Amino acid sequence: MRNAECGLTAMIANYGYKDGSGDYFIAIDTDKCNGCGDCVPACPNSVFVVGEDPNDPLRDEPVAMVGEQERKKLKYTCNPCKPDHDRPPLPCVQACKLGAISHSW
Amino acid sequence: MITAGIDIGAKTIKVVLADDGKVLAKSLVPAGIDTAVATRQAFDQALSAAELSRDQIDRIMATGTGRKDCPLTDDEITEVGAAAKGMNHILKTCRTVIDVGAEEGRTLRCDETGKVIDFAFNEKCAAGAGTFAEGMARALQVPLVELGPLALTSKQAVQMNAQCAVFAESEVVTLIHAKTPRQDIARAVLDAIASRIISMVRKVGFEKDVALIGGVARNPGFVEAMKRGLEMDVHVPEDPEYVGALGAALAAAGAD
Amino acid sequence: MSEKKEFWRWKEYRWHDESIDWKGADIISAGVDIGSVSSQAVIMADGKLYAFSNQRTGFDSPESANQSINWAMEGTGLTLKDIHYTVGTGYGRVNVPFADKALTEIACHARGGNFMYGPSVRTILDMGGQDCKAIRCDERGKVEAFLMNDKCAAGTGRGMEVFADLLSVPIEEVGELSLSVEEEPEPVSSTCVVFAKSEASALLREGWPKNKVLAAYCAAMAHRVVTLLERIEVKKDFAITGGIGKNSGVVKRLEQELGLESLKSNYDSQIAGALGGALFAQALEKKRRSV
Repeated sequence: MRNAECGLTAMIANYGYKDGSGDYFIAIDTDKCNGCGDCVPACPNSVFVVGEDPNDPLRDEPVAMVGEQERKKLKYTCNPCKPDHDRPPLPCVQACKLGAISHSW
Repeated sequence: MITAGIDIGAKTIKVVLADDGKVLAKSLVPAGIDTAVATRQAFDQALSAAELSRDQIDRIMATGTGRKDCPLTDDEITEVGAAAKGMNHILKTCRTVIDVGAEEGRTLRCDETGKVIDFAFNEKCAAGAGTFAEGMARALQVPLVELGPLALTSKQAVQMNAQCAVFAESEVVTLIHAKTPRQDIARAVLDAIASRIISMVRKVGFEKDVALIGGVARNPGFVEAMKRGLEMDVHVPEDPEYVGALGAALAAAGAD
Repeated sequence: MSEKKEFWRWKEYRWHDESIDWKGADIISAGVDIGSVSSQAVIMADGKLYAFSNQRTGFDSPESANQSINWAMEGTGLTLKDIHYTVGTGYGRVNVPFADKALTEIACHARGGNFMYGPSVRTILDMGGQDCKAIRCDERGKVEAFLMNDKCAAGTGRGMEVFADLLSVPIEEVGELSLSVEEEPEPVSSTCVVFAKSEASALLREGWPKNKVLAAYCAAMAHRVVTLLERIEVKKDFAITGGIGKNSGVVKRLEQELGLESLKSNYDSQIAGALGGALFAQALEKKRRSV
């Protein structure tokens, strides 16, 4: 979480859901995100889209978001990158050089 | 050696009586209000179908969600263990078993002896298992047994946005209101469950021969959706919902 | 499946401020929030709340939007062409035919919450018909963090409706009834509404009275919502908007678990989204005129 003392406010967008079986959220720090789009091709299931920020009418830069198609199925969509054993680093997290992407599970 | 396998599921209790691998009788009873009463009932029904008495049964093994609370049994075995053992008996070449019940979906990989190598669950969410189909059949106003055949008559895929059994019921009502053909809705419902099950299956991987068991395997529309999604043929044994109980009966007989 | 009965929903109503003469206003802005269950329209005159309507959403979003704004305008003499700028928000925001812009509920709830509860509000929880949103904002109502769950019915109005239906208790009475228990029961163990309903049916058969079953469910819902809130870090002051904000059974238990009291507003908590929309509309119209 951002430190209030440095005068920076973060804008953390959490996409996903919590259901009976667990919490599945992908968090995008939109202050770090510059809309470069490197995450888009990195994801084998095309989870990310880059475009106008629908939550911040005053932002000019494009921003990365979790697309509408996969947002409510993240547990299932992200399964291929999250085997139970020997989990490798996630391609989307690695693709983002600014460290804007994180997963809650 | 005559053994009994009791599968105490969320919705139904299944009992299989076997004599050294040969099925003597089976029974199925809704779990209803009192599971203990229903279990006793299922057991007694199987006994009378086989014309056997309680003391002729050498060993009883329980499986399923309610296996820990079963007073009748000598021992218990996990659902995946039972499914693997049961399917291995039916089809020696089986290496993947997908078990879809009312409240839980399971997948497992096994070797040629029926030993479980890896597994995964879809649990605690009604959208991941048979309950989803039940709710949608209600919303479509068709009996559950007709949902599959209805879906098979569909010529067009339709998108379902809702990923929750409660929201999907509202969505189905909206779709009906918008005059979407009911068979297309039925197909969308079964495709949705299949895709959630398949995603779970891919987590663990699959190889042939793939078997589909559990109550939902009786739904031909669902089986079709699974074949399409896996891009592979799947084997559905006769009486798919009894495979767990069969596996438990076999486990009771064999050396573990 | 029969049509939903009348008394499973909050009352529909409209209101306008008779002391304001809109003809003297410089900017008349509107916000229309088309939710999956209910729709609200708010009209502001120079940033002052002038009129609003709250009704259930029909099957047709554009039609619901029209009905919503028309009902808000009823008796005021206003027509659509008198409104300078309209923002559409909510699930059906792209279907508001007369809107000048569509903005998400997240942005609108933060702005609306800031207006309704004052600049001290930092955490807003909106529990709507088919979603649950947790928003953290700054003193201007600008969003700092958010999450929205619209995948799972647990923690949403629909989830509560399933229980109100099961027990045949009108939604408005659920809260007080659940609080009338002598001792707090254990919360229902299943998060999933479908499984929780089975659990509740079993409890009823065991002889549990309705108020105890409702208490168990409200407690489970409150707890679930708290875990969602914790993901965005709760900071005071804290406010609750949306239909479930009117359910004292969930609100009181939430406040207890968080150790925070929620701010109260003179305005109906369900209009927060539309209100935020109207405020953005006001700002965007000002911006448009200054160019």
